[in-house]
Amino acid sequence: MYSEKVMDHFQNPRNVGKIEDASGVGEVGNPTCGDMMTIYIKVEDNILTDIKFETFGCGAAIATSSIITEIALGKTVEEAYEISRNQVAEALDGLPPVKMHCSNLAADGLKAAIENYWKKNGIDKP
Amino acid sequence: MIYLDHAATTPVRDEVVKEMEPYFIKYFGNPSTYYKIGREAKKAMEKARVQVAELIGAKPEEVIFTNGGTESDNAAIKGIAFKNKKKGNHIITSVIEHPAVDETCKYLEKQGFEVTYLPVYEEGIVRVEDVKSAIRDDTILITIMHANNEIGTIQPIAEIGKIAKENNIAFHSDAVQSVGKIPVDVNDLNVDLLSLSSHKIYGPKGVGALFVRKGVRLEEVIHGGGQEKNLNSGTENVPGMVGLGKACEIAKNELNHNITYLTQLRDDLTDKILNSIEKSYLNGDLKRRVPGTVNLRFTGIEGEGLVLLLDGKGICAATGSACSSKKLEASPVLKAIGLEDVDSHGSLRLTFGSENTPEDVDKTVEAIKESVAKLRAMSPIWNKKE
Repeated sequence: MYSEKVMDHFQNPRNVGKIEDASGVGEVGNPTCGDMMTIYIKVEDNILTDIKFETFGCGAAIATSSIITEIALGKTVEEAYEISRNQVAEALDGLPPVKMHCSNLAADGLKAAIENYWKKNGIDKP
Repeated sequence: MIYLDHAATTPVRDEVVKEMEPYFIKYFGNPSTYYKIGREAKKAMEKARVQVAELIGAKPEEVIFTNGGTESDNAAIKGIAFKNKKKGNHIITSVIEHPAVDETCKYLEKQGFEVTYLPVYEEGIVRVEDVKSAIRDDTILITIMHANNEIGTIQPIAEIGKIAKENNIAFHSDAVQSVGKIPVDVNDLNVDLLSLSSHKIYGPKGVGALFVRKGVRLEEVIHGGGQEKNLNSGTENVPGMVGLGKACEIAKNELNHNITYLTQLRDDLTDKILNSIEKSYLNGDLKRRVPGTVNLRFTGIEGEGLVLLLDGKGICAATGSACSSKKLEASPVLKAIGLEDVDSHGSLRLTFGSENTPEDVDKTVEAIKESVAKLRAMSPIWNKKE
């Protein structure tokens, strides 16, 4: 049911962990539906220089978290903010339809982390 | 591969396949015909009926072959309900039934029947007093499963059956998860109707049986040529029936050995897990459960991920996690025993079979330890706890 890419990112997740002095932190999901995600970003000169995640959830939730860290790393904050749920799913060669809504939280998590960064630094959402 | 999902299905035993073989080609005849190959098919069918009857203490003529456990449940529940519509329209069941029973009851609600869904408590067992107090003048059917498919807990069927009998109410039990695993005798259990399935006991898929006590009348659900006393019209699945018969014979012969052996494997695994993984718990009653079933939960992780990691290590297991279900809802059984959603997501069901070994237990314990640790390391819920 999962693509090989999903399985690869699930079994060997990239960038797992916390960033202690993160520039922004985003928490999304809720335990009732079974997926919770925390994304940590480090921003230097408006570039995402580090990104880490912690995820409680199914294979798809972990894989989307992992791949978005790869997609977003090195992008400007504004570029990273534009990453959509569909882009994440496409990068994983698709997700089962039933997982598209509930487990595809990574883009929301990254947006939340970036908004947190903007808020902390008094930057208005562009 | 270590297969630990015997409550889902089992491999067909070699002896069973061998027994079925002649009825695909050599004796392919329709059992309703009069020539030799038809007569041979009919003979085989009736031998299988005896084998099924002997496993559950029934008379052969009380055994109806069906196309599986789900169909047995449908035939029994709808059959009683529609036959007794004039007598009453109240049905009693429980919240932990298999969808084959649960969805059938929900369908009957739409048809104007009233259904009482009895609760279970932490131990995962229906209380006899609750059954007693749910009975009304218009109750026509009680249907309670024998062993639960997710946590393996055994329901007090004999006691409930006694009450049903005293009140002259038809009593059905879905025994798909207990037949062949613990002693099942339709007279000891006081049931009027009992469902069983072949593929849970090393027989082929697509065949099952319904015990219908002599004198119990059912409205037919499938209409057609009248096979199986009008209760399963359609040309008989003779190889399937033969396979089920053989599987029942083997199950009967090996029952006592398997009870001891599987209980040992199950308890060994449970002890090792609970002692070596912190915040791991057993779901459901420790003792009143079928020998091969253990349902565990691990705080801070989600079951689908655990099942996928175990699959990567060659272990087949199941979870009650919502993420693994088609409906994306937490298991109603785990909810019924009082688990919060977040905990039911972390559940793992392992069900042993006779081909499993003590080495399987040790390998599985190691694999679970590693996998739980890996998932916890990336879990925000777990990391917050620490």
